[in-house]
Amino acid sequence: MSFIDLSKNEVQCKIVYYGPGRGGKTTNLLYLHQAMTDSVRGKMVTIDTKGDRTLFFDFLPLALGKIQGLSIKIQLYTVPGQVMYNATRKLVLKGVDGIVFVADSLKVQKEKNVESLANLKENLAEDNIDIKEIPLVLQYNKRDLGGSNIPILSVEEMQEDLNQELQVPYFSGSALKGDGVFETLREISKGTVKFVSRKLLSR
Amino acid sequence: MDLVLSKEAIDNIITVLDEDLLRAGADCVLLVDRSGNLIVNRGDPANLDVLALAALSAANFGATAEIAKLIGEDDFALLFHKGKNENIHFTKVGKGFILITLFGKDVSLGLIRLNTAKVTDNLVPILGGEL
Repeated sequence: MSFIDLSKNEVQCKIVYYGPGRGGKTTNLLYLHQAMTDSVRGKMVTIDTKGDRTLFFDFLPLALGKIQGLSIKIQLYTVPGQVMYNATRKLVLKGVDGIVFVADSLKVQKEKNVESLANLKENLAEDNIDIKEIPLVLQYNKRDLGGSNIPILSVEEMQEDLNQELQVPYFSGSALKGDGVFETLREISKGTVKFVSRKLLSR
Repeated sequence: MDLVLSKEAIDNIITVLDEDLLRAGADCVLLVDRSGNLIVNRGDPANLDVLALAALSAANFGATAEIAKLIGEDDFALLFHKGKNENIHFTKVGKGFILITLFGKDVSLGLIRLNTAKVTDNLVPILGGEL
């Protein structure tokens, strides 16, 4: 749920990074946090367990400047990817305005990507949100492993698995190195602000 | 689902929070929504990360609502955390909002509870259709 404060001319939107466990959602936020200046970013909060896995969520607030006199404040969240934490994922998805789906390029994660996307669709539907209507961007992460001896999926294969029906914008990325991270954020922010303003105009 | 508040509504919320909670001795008062957006913050949050507090409070409320369901309740109307010097009190406002009050050890919990109940009653008509 976006919030528009007319006394400050400010819009707040919520963007959630979704995807299978160990896929790089937290790494995306960490990279953004490191690469951005203090004037843009707020403090990053992460609630994780000892083994690097997100237990509840990560949270990073950003101020993205002004559009037509309205300041845009974006709050980025990640969800825990592990299948068993679905209740937590539903909690974090509450009031979402835009989604980045971080898919894992490792060949062994092929099924997990598909499962996680289906799970997203299901959780959104429970909240009466159609996955085809909400702004969504795919990021095919860990592309830097191409050329190493670890087998990875081709972009075409991932497109076929995940994006054939949705036909949403997608980016190849390496969250660890920062490739594609800003491009993904730019695209989802643009889509989300457009989506929120369209909803407002139709009120 | 989106929430739009006019300058007038925000001013009214500020008046209610200032008069009933800050004047009663609370250090800081925040109104947030259940998805973690910060609507208004009042008081002296100089060293306080209010955005993180808003996000974590909404999550905290969501998590305890799951505990409530385990014991046959829908959710809990209020939560209270006691620290050595600083305490925090959360109250549900309507279905979609949470009122967060921070207060020191020299302010009585009873007074905060009494006043948050009054504030909640006063906020409901302002937030009106948004509840």
